[in-house]
Amino acid sequence: MRHFRKALAIILATLMLSAALSACSGGKEAQGSEQPASDSAQPSLSPVMGGDLTVGIAQDLDDTLDPHSMVSAGTREVLFNVYEGLVKPDTKGNLIPAVASEYSISDTGDTFTFTLRDGVKFHNGNLVTVKDVVYSIKRAAGLDTGTPLIPGMEEVKSVEAPDDKTVVVTLKGPNIEFLALLTAAIIPDGNDPATEVIGTGPFKYVSRSPQENIILEKFSDYWGTPAYVDTVTYKIIDNAETLVMSLKSGVLDLVSHLTSAQVNELGDGFTVLEGTMNLVQAVYLNNGVEPFNNIKVRQALSYALDRQLVMDYLADGRGAAVGSSMYPAFAKYFRPELVDYYSYDVEKAKQLLSDAGYPDGFDMTITVPSNYQPHVDTAEVIAEELKAVGVNVNIELVDWETWLNRVYLGRDYQSTIIGVDASMMTARAMLERFTSDSASNFTNFSDPEYDSTFKQAIACTDDAQQVELYGKLQTILTEDAANLYIQDMCDLVAMGNGLQGYEFYPIYVMDLSKVYFTK
Amino acid sequence: MKYILKKIGIFLLTLLGISVLVFFAFQVIPGDPTTRMLGTTATPEKIAALREQLGLNDPAIIRYFRWLTDFLKGDFGTSYSYNMPVSKLISGKIAITAALSGMSFAMVLVMSIPIGILRARFAHSIPDRISMIFNQLIMSVPPFFIGIIFTYVFGLVLKLFTPGDFIPHSESASGFWGYLVFPALAIALPKSAMVVKLLRSSMVREMSEDYVRTAYSRGNSRWQVLRRHVMRNAIIPVVTFLAVTLVDIIAGSIIIEQVFAIPGIGRLLLSSIIGRDLPVVQTIITIISIAVISVNYIADISYKYIDPRIRFR
Repeated sequence: MRHFRKALAIILATLMLSAALSACSGGKEAQGSEQPASDSAQPSLSPVMGGDLTVGIAQDLDDTLDPHSMVSAGTREVLFNVYEGLVKPDTKGNLIPAVASEYSISDTGDTFTFTLRDGVKFHNGNLVTVKDVVYSIKRAAGLDTGTPLIPGMEEVKSVEAPDDKTVVVTLKGPNIEFLALLTAAIIPDGNDPATEVIGTGPFKYVSRSPQENIILEKFSDYWGTPAYVDTVTYKIIDNAETLVMSLKSGVLDLVSHLTSAQVNELGDGFTVLEGTMNLVQAVYLNNGVEPFNNIKVRQALSYALDRQLVMDYLADGRGAAVGSSMYPAFAKYFRPELVDYYSYDVEKAKQLLSDAGYPDGFDMTITVPSNYQPHVDTAEVIAEELKAVGVNVNIELVDWETWLNRVYLGRDYQSTIIGVDASMMTARAMLERFTSDSASNFTNFSDPEYDSTFKQAIACTDDAQQVELYGKLQTILTEDAANLYIQDMCDLVAMGNGLQGYEFYPIYVMDLSKVYFTK
Repeated sequence: MKYILKKIGIFLLTLLGISVLVFFAFQVIPGDPTTRMLGTTATPEKIAALREQLGLNDPAIIRYFRWLTDFLKGDFGTSYSYNMPVSKLISGKIAITAALSGMSFAMVLVMSIPIGILRARFAHSIPDRISMIFNQLIMSVPPFFIGIIFTYVFGLVLKLFTPGDFIPHSESASGFWGYLVFPALAIALPKSAMVVKLLRSSMVREMSEDYVRTAYSRGNSRWQVLRRHVMRNAIIPVVTFLAVTLVDIIAGSIIIEQVFAIPGIGRLLLSSIIGRDLPVVQTIITIISIAVISVNYIADISYKYIDPRIRFR
């Protein structure tokens, strides 16, 4: 009880203080320093080589640093600077050669041949050999243990090195998207990354101190364009107020994933960039339970949802609306015409509800993980919106642990709000979870047409045709109103101390090799 | 001597009891470390494999004894989340929290004892009344709130320190202690106010006792009476309270660490509880318990030296 009171007091005090602070900065709505919503509108000042970069992160990577076993997006974000695969993503979402200098995919779509790049060195100074590559891919695919470490890698049938420049990866069946999985980190032969972190990326790992920091250092023998800064220190600051104060005081140079409120508190002297989080935020509906097993109910709620209002409330209107399980930065697959498939229409929603047999609406529960404030806020806005059609929303807050167990794994829920992202840059990573027999289909969505289309799509060896089929899958999700799709949330990055060069990627990573201090 | 041996015996039994409580509390509360570790990549097979790997499938009682014997051998296990030995994880952090608590406690002593005595000496005077108002005010503000105000006023406005820029001892000893001044003060202020209040009232009460009148009648000055007679009697409840205060300060450090972004044991403890990182949680709680019980025992034993009439039985 005492602890509860303490916690309550902390919350109240923080609320009071943030109210006070926002009152101070109120009326300064157009922040002096804020750049318009674009990542290219930077005045280019001459870059300075060197410098020590301090990046604030709100959550520690309480995760292993093993690049094949890591589970959290935050870990992926940091390790992107340390590890590289045979290929790696660029800012446009293309896969470009990295440890390999070139690759070819057989017409049958099941054999990938890579030529090793000359002179790629590990952080320990050794040259990367085909042995290292074979070991890494075998380890990630679990060929020797039987348990693949990276989901999707179980499709690997064999990895061979016919000569000391070539590696051939053979799959059990055709899968032209598989290249994206070969972004899996290349590590030295026999290395256990959980105890020793050795990659080929532009930065090498120095140390970590839990709940305190993670330190990286520029790798001077990097094969590609070297990083500008000498060291990167990720400082873990989980208190939102302290995070902002540390930016203001100059202790931190760069913080991403800020909220609008935090950015508004910053004031002058900062470059604020706006991107997107590369996820699909939605009210995910359990299609297997009443009343959401009724398509009319799902459609009705889709019409009753005013997404703009959510974005206005959450982030002063920032964010990108979505209409299906694909986010806009994934431009190759994204179907813009689906965004406004259900335009806000309360009358239509009421009509559909009464057709479905709920003329007076119903009660529903949205289960939200309490550690994600934006999702909690979204739930509150949506609860208000759905009142207009007679739907009475009860918001249930649970901790992440419970959410994973009960909602995600147990599927014992009615609806939930979460952002679903893709760990790999494949359309499949976004769309496979809605097939009837997928282990990660927590929404219990089931449509025979969807399943058969998906089978065609993944077996397809022609890229254009595959894009078309993935588009069709998105259309099915929209037409069936599988979930109440909201948005890809905005990602605000603030940089102080004259920093430049930050670029957004279409996946959840932070590339610090391009960031530089200016004179 | 017999008394001290007996005390040590009870001390060890208390620790054993705590270790049982700590261990089994986390068996009872819901939550499985493997879910958190695997996140959204979890499948029933993966969970089963990981449980087996971590030895979570054995009965709780076997796991308890395994943990206890390892702990006694100095092996605190491996953190689930960080995949690092717990000893390596916490060694530096315990020192930071101990430094913060120690500094804060020293501040309490330095501030509260002189003020308490002065206020008792000049009880019911106008300055005493004015300081009482301040005392009540400071007493009622929680440390974390003082912390937030300090970061704002001393950090951002007056720029006496840089919020969030904790300096490790290895980098600069003066920078390290300098950074801890304001967090320590934030914890110490309300506690000092409580000690002042207690010391003052305890001394004022003693001063109306018969022996004090006798002491005066023997020609002692007021200061002499206070120092030689009143203090000895008045300090006993204060020592008890100081022991409780030290325990509160350790708990307070855990909260204040969040406000000032100090990488002490508190932040690690909270994140480990949330992540069900049992080896880390069990080790930290056991170590804090040892500290807390030790403080109380030291207070018990110190009574004898303050007042020789107190006999140990």
